[in-house]
Amino acid sequence: MTRPVVATRPAVAAGRARRKIPHSPWLYVAPALILLVTFTYVPVGNMIWYSFHKWDGLDVTMDPVGLDNYVRVFTDEQYWRVFLISLYYFVASFAQIAIALYFAVVLSFNVRFKNLFKGILFFPYLLNGVAVGFVFLYLFQPDGTLDTLLRVAGLGEHTHLWLGDPDIANISLAGTSVWRFTGLNFVLFLGAIQSIPGEIYEAAEIDGANRWHQFRHIIVPGIRRIISLSFILAISGSLSVFEIPFIMTGGANGTRTFVVQAYQTAFQFRQIGLASAMAVVLLLIVLLITWVQRRVLPDEEVTLS
Amino acid sequence: MTRAPRHAAGHPAPPARAGRVRVLAATASTAKYLSLALASLVVLIPLVVVLFASLKTHAEYNTTGPLTPPANWFNFHNFATAWTAGDMLRGFWNTTFILVVSLTGTVLIGTLAAYAISRFVFPLKRLILGLFLVAALVPGVTTQVATYQIVKSMGLVNTSWSAIVLFMGTDIVSIYIFIQFMQSIPQSLDQAAMIDGAGRFTIYRKVILPLMKPAIATVVIIKGIAVYNEFYIPFLYLRSPELSVISTALFRFKGPYGAQWETIAACTMIVIVPTVVIFLLLQRFIYNGITAGATK
Repeated sequence: MTRPVVATRPAVAAGRARRKIPHSPWLYVAPALILLVTFTYVPVGNMIWYSFHKWDGLDVTMDPVGLDNYVRVFTDEQYWRVFLISLYYFVASFAQIAIALYFAVVLSFNVRFKNLFKGILFFPYLLNGVAVGFVFLYLFQPDGTLDTLLRVAGLGEHTHLWLGDPDIANISLAGTSVWRFTGLNFVLFLGAIQSIPGEIYEAAEIDGANRWHQFRHIIVPGIRRIISLSFILAISGSLSVFEIPFIMTGGANGTRTFVVQAYQTAFQFRQIGLASAMAVVLLLIVLLITWVQRRVLPDEEVTLS
Repeated sequence: MTRAPRHAAGHPAPPARAGRVRVLAATASTAKYLSLALASLVVLIPLVVVLFASLKTHAEYNTTGPLTPPANWFNFHNFATAWTAGDMLRGFWNTTFILVVSLTGTVLIGTLAAYAISRFVFPLKRLILGLFLVAALVPGVTTQVATYQIVKSMGLVNTSWSAIVLFMGTDIVSIYIFIQFMQSIPQSLDQAAMIDGAGRFTIYRKVILPLMKPAIATVVIIKGIAVYNEFYIPFLYLRSPELSVISTALFRFKGPYGAQWETIAACTMIVIVPTVVIFLLLQRFIYNGITAGATK
């Protein structure tokens, strides 16, 4: 996207002095601010409050229980086990980033049918989550697509109950997640690679650098920021997985993730206090990760005033 | 495949080495295309088999394997069943209504806020920006436990407005895109309009808004995709069947149609097809929008 060059600001002060209605800016920000506070800050505040109570969401009274809910989240296996499930998705996101990076590099050079491949690889990211869930439920069915393909390839003995076997189910779901989200990483990497000026490659080629050298010394440093950002997003993303396991297995066969568990605790078993404690823990982890990210990767100055 | 000679030409190497370089380059090129073809198959096969299933009759579905194409490519019987059983027309209508209202809201609220933030000097501006920034870090799924109580207390549960206010209210990315873009519009334009006697709001409406079109298009695209695909919020807040959006209408097939995969497959295709069409029409804008939305 081309944008007009940012103008320096001459005579700003003069312009402002003439027509300054003291309170008017608030009218412009008010709608956004009201929505922001009502649907983000108030809930976060309430959530912290609920987390110290036992409450079913309907009663007028809430019983204060101190840290009981938090103790339960960390000691009851049913609750802390969900963190382990995140590890499947976290590990899968490495595969996702590697695949995306490989194809982004390949498709940023001359390739026939470039746009076709680009479109195919990116497309799953645009699909509806429920549709993706159904597509993969169908794929993983006993004697379904995957089993048939394995038999055709002569790997018939490797068929499994892909979603029914607790040892495999999480791997199947994490694979679905890779299928769905690789396209996003791919397009982000592709965009970043394309912002590296072409002359640099030409210069490198004249100096005798091969593709691997170019990748190692030009592309990777050039898109380092977006790669590290992808890893940070992978952590918070794998902690907040919801749709794929919820739609495909409903959390059965050991596939309950943190958010699925929180959803069931809150809306099926009506333990709002306990669910809030889970959500607070998740929120703290995500904020911590983001804080670490800001420390490790200070933002290139994006001025907003 | 055209690369090998070009490379070799640049380096006047002895014939044996040039030959080896050529073979290497050809192998690399083959591997590259093989990997691309393989990835395309991995993406397409799961979708194509669902398309196959959606066009098969029930008997045909039970007797043929998933990789077998349908006998009749124009058997739209399952689509008709899915369309009526899933009440898909209503689903599309509800989705469209929520989409149009929440996108209009997001654009208006977002551009107004961005206008104030980038063009006015006022106390607490830094704090407000900080509030938006921190909110961007809070994943929406985590706070729904408490947000639900608020939406409930406003009496919005089981009305389309619950989804609409949540889609308008949880969006921070679009405000950022607007602020970023507005900063690239020269302030001298505002001042010129001001000298001509235009008020602040007139400037917003007549000068800023028309110039913001590219940013608005970006926001409409990325937000539109997100709203069309959103599942958790409609699932939580729009419980009654008349309020189904396409995600929840599709999800309802899970129970009663568990054994009728050809109907579920047809309904899945009904949900996917509009995405394919939009993607083919707007490809370039979608890539740009996603890149802009994620990196800003």
